Amino acid sequence: MDYSGIFTYMHSEIVLIAVIVIAFLYDLFATGERARKAFHPLMCVLMAAVAVVSLWPWPSEGGEVFGGMFTYEPVHAIVKGILAAGAFIVLLQSDVWLSREDTAHKRGEFYILTLSTLLGMYFMIGAGHFLMFFIGLELASVPMACLVAFDKYRHNSAEAGAKFILSALFASGLMLYGISFFYGTAGTLYFSDLPDRITGSPLQIMAMVFFFSGLGFKISLVPFHLWTADTYQGAPTTVTSYLSVVSKGAAAFVLMTILVKVFPAMAEEWRAMLYVVIVLSITVANLFAIRQHNLKRFFAFSSISQAGYIMLAVISGTAFGMTSLIFYVLIYTAANLAAFGVISTVEQHSGGKVDMADYNGLYRTNPKLAIIMTLALFSLGGIPPFAGFFSKFFIFAAAFSEGFKVLVFIALLNTIVSLYYYLLVVKAMFITPNENPVPAFRSDRSTRISLVLCIAGVILLGLVSSVYDGINAFTFGM
Amino acid sequence: MDFTYTVLILLLPFLSFILIGLLGTKLKPVTAGIIGTVVTGIAAALSYYTAFGYFGAGRDASGVYPTMIPWNTVWLPFSETLHIDLGVMLDPISVMMLVVISTVSLMVHIYSFGYMKGERGFQRYYAFLSLFTMSMMGLVVATNIFQMYLFWELVGVSSYLLIGFYYTKKEAVAASKKAFIVTRFADLGFLVGILFYGFYTGTFSFTPDAPALGAAKAILPIALGLMFVGGAGKSAMFPLHIWLPDAMEGPTPVSALIHAATMVVAGVYLVARMFPLFVEYAPDVLHLTAYVGAFTALYAAVVACVQSDIKRVLAFSTISQIGFMIVALGVCTSSDPHAGGLGYMASMFHLFTHAMFKALLFLCAGCIIHAVHSNEVSAMGGLRKYLPVTHATFLVACLAIAGIWPLSGFFSKDEIITACFEFSPFIGVTMTFIAGLTAFYMFRLYYGIFWGRENKALHAEHVPHEAPATMTVPLVFLAVVTLFAGWIPFGHFVSSDGQAYTIHINTTVAIVSLCVAAAGIALATWMYMREDRKVADGLATRFSGLHKAAYHRFYIDEIYQFITHRIIFACISSPIAWFDRHVVDGFMNGMAWVTEKTSWAIRYMQSGSVQRYCIWFLGGVLGLVILLLLI
Repeated sequence: MDYSGIFTYMHSEIVLIAVIVIAFLYDLFATGERARKAFHPLMCVLMAAVAVVSLWPWPSEGGEVFGGMFTYEPVHAIVKGILAAGAFIVLLQSDVWLSREDTAHKRGEFYILTLSTLLGMYFMIGAGHFLMFFIGLELASVPMACLVAFDKYRHNSAEAGAKFILSALFASGLMLYGISFFYGTAGTLYFSDLPDRITGSPLQIMAMVFFFSGLGFKISLVPFHLWTADTYQGAPTTVTSYLSVVSKGAAAFVLMTILVKVFPAMAEEWRAMLYVVIVLSITVANLFAIRQHNLKRFFAFSSISQAGYIMLAVISGTAFGMTSLIFYVLIYTAANLAAFGVISTVEQHSGGKVDMADYNGLYRTNPKLAIIMTLALFSLGGIPPFAGFFSKFFIFAAAFSEGFKVLVFIALLNTIVSLYYYLLVVKAMFITPNENPVPAFRSDRSTRISLVLCIAGVILLGLVSSVYDGINAFTFGM
Repeated sequence: MDFTYTVLILLLPFLSFILIGLLGTKLKPVTAGIIGTVVTGIAAALSYYTAFGYFGAGRDASGVYPTMIPWNTVWLPFSETLHIDLGVMLDPISVMMLVVISTVSLMVHIYSFGYMKGERGFQRYYAFLSLFTMSMMGLVVATNIFQMYLFWELVGVSSYLLIGFYYTKKEAVAASKKAFIVTRFADLGFLVGILFYGFYTGTFSFTPDAPALGAAKAILPIALGLMFVGGAGKSAMFPLHIWLPDAMEGPTPVSALIHAATMVVAGVYLVARMFPLFVEYAPDVLHLTAYVGAFTALYAAVVACVQSDIKRVLAFSTISQIGFMIVALGVCTSSDPHAGGLGYMASMFHLFTHAMFKALLFLCAGCIIHAVHSNEVSAMGGLRKYLPVTHATFLVACLAIAGIWPLSGFFSKDEIITACFEFSPFIGVTMTFIAGLTAFYMFRLYYGIFWGRENKALHAEHVPHEAPATMTVPLVFLAVVTLFAGWIPFGHFVSSDGQAYTIHINTTVAIVSLCVAAAGIALATWMYMREDRKVADGLATRFSGLHKAAYHRFYIDEIYQFITHRIIFACISSPIAWFDRHVVDGFMNGMAWVTEKTSWAIRYMQSGSVQRYCIWFLGGVLGLVILLLLI
């Protein structure tokens, strides 16, 4: 077997593993006070380096290693780069929380766990075989459960971790069951060999749904979403933002590539399945979001409905859809991380306030944060000229051009509902009076950097058309 | 020669806008003014350098100045051919326009130091001037029709901001809104025209290739006609002219820059830009514009004869002169200047000379208003002793616009009238008559301001005095340009087919129009030079009906008022508002109600117990499997 491709096609994974090892060793040996202080900046810089290395369009040709277990396409570089950038921003926002007395001693664990999940996602994206894919998925899930329960002495966090791991186990079990059916009916688990042996028999349909439910769980699509709200609410806010953006983006991309590449023969079936799931996800999530008072819970439902919109790109199954999916994930990352950055920093500086009512009158005391939140919400709601408008536009266009007119119409109706609840938050911050709002504070430098980056993304990514064109150039050959 | 630097001509004013706009009142007023002026000065220097380099580089093998695109970026691609670009295009007319805009803009920047001194919002004023300069430059160097449209709108915005500069003044606010709405309304036509054009030819380029044009042959007249509607709005052609007189509420230097020299000729520029297509594919539309232009010129000239506000006279004069330019383009029957294409050159030439002397007139008006604190001619009179420089330069400009040899207006107007006679004697005679009217009303204004009875009551309060040097230097500069611009061999630079064209004066036309202009001036002298104006007053009473109608601009504004308020608001808007309030809102409220109820009903799904979640999960999976097996 030829292993020469390891250092080219797997270079971003290797760099990531190196960073994990560095974090591990640093955590063990650099115990001095000054060294601890330098830990956070160091990790941020390393993470930025990982993002750059991942995003660098090299090698420019696709290839495979380990006999096809692991594959590389140029488009993977973009997706990995976006995920790494998202993780980088999450790291930037994590400092205040990690400096807290009860978490300071586990700072290193946080970095290692976060980066391990990212590594899992990288493997998931690069998988060329169902087993590889499953290992990647688990590598992304198990450390995630630890992250969710990171504040383990806080009741909420522990409960969220338990719920997450139980649901994840259930989903993984079903998925593995489904994969075993494929092995039974097709005799192989290589993505490249499977398409010829997919016949669309009832057993394979069942297997496909089981497989889908596993990813549907990660993306939190209805009806596999029930863990989302409890976990999002209970997990530390930084973890929640990571969960809602990076983990979701990776799973959505993988779902699309596998459905399109491995199951073209069952396109009719998975399209019908997605149709139902999209309508349910967008509508049910919106219905629940309206009723939420806790902002983290609120964003849990918001992220479920956003996942539904992302599935509009998957259902199209075209290169155009792939471009719009990546573009959507990118912009959703910027907007959602901006929103969570605000939530997290407000929570840290106000002694844990995360209710919508706590945000009443935020504009008076912290106008900049209120404006950032508003811009992020406008982008999530798809109000022009913010980037979210363009990403929604492309994703609707992708589904529309494949003939899903009614579906797009339903999605459009739902954007009206979503506007309503996004604006509820804006109303709370700007209009609703409050006798004692969150007092004015100045957030730490790395959070400020992260917010500026996110807002720049929210404003510029849509207007600078070369971003979309750049993505498009890579996905064209899908 | 490398012209990549031309992008700086756009970029510098833009940066100055951002800088002054962002820093705002943190800057000292003088600093803001200096930034704006220096940047415009650099832009002007670059424009001259560009013109020098471009025309100096010479013609290509086929004898035309090559069209160059020194800088371009694809901004929004829709397909292989259909994309929106942002870039800089240099060809004879865009280079000519760069020179005009930067010159007038620079003069206005300098002049405003004196005129706007001590005004609140001085910094804001200079920021907007920079924005305008950038937009106007972007408009003329546009590489494609869509970029032109974008900058066209930006120009409209800056015009809106500057007309409404005195935002505490009710009239100024109303005028800015009126200008914006009327031109926006016209721009709708422009946009639809562009979309037709883009859809049928498959490109936004000004020069589509032959197959694309062949495919769009049938639609081109409509597309070009719609584009002309946009041009007519910006260039204040009848009946879309109503905004321009009101726009005089803005500061006078702004009127000089935007509403006399540059923005209002954008419509003319648009037609000139699309001229090859007009001539080739839509000659009838082109000739229609000639009639629109001629009627506008006549109408505005008549109205200008009886206005009493100095700036309004100049505004109507501007409308009338733009009418001349449009007529000159409209009478072209081919792109050969020797056989029916003379008007193109004449129009551009007049655009150039008019920009200079009309800006001069407005700046003079600014000095006069500065001296007497009133716009009404009745408050002036006998000012020639007090404002010698203004008087001399105003006289130069009046003679130029009246078309007296050897000032610049004579040459360009003569070419226009020659072109008109080539097309049809009727239009030729009409335009000659309007030229006479022009001479008459300009000198009526001149005598009213500088001769006649002094306003003793006002002089008792304070003696009018000449404006400071920052204001008079631009006057003198523009007057010098006006004196000599006619001798520029304009046809060598700009002509309809790009070949060098030597201007030769048609002696018959020249003598006739000189006589007519002299007659107009003589009549004005006889009627208005003396202190008592028996003849003028007598005529006004004799034809009181006509006088009143003309004074009220033939009630065009009132007609608009009637149509918008009585017909559109009452018969269309009110029912729509009712429908919106009761049916659309009702539907939305219903939707909200249903959403709320459903949301309440399904809340038990999120029970919080993991076992339940797994049941839902499994149920969902099995449900999907069954669904897929059934279909």
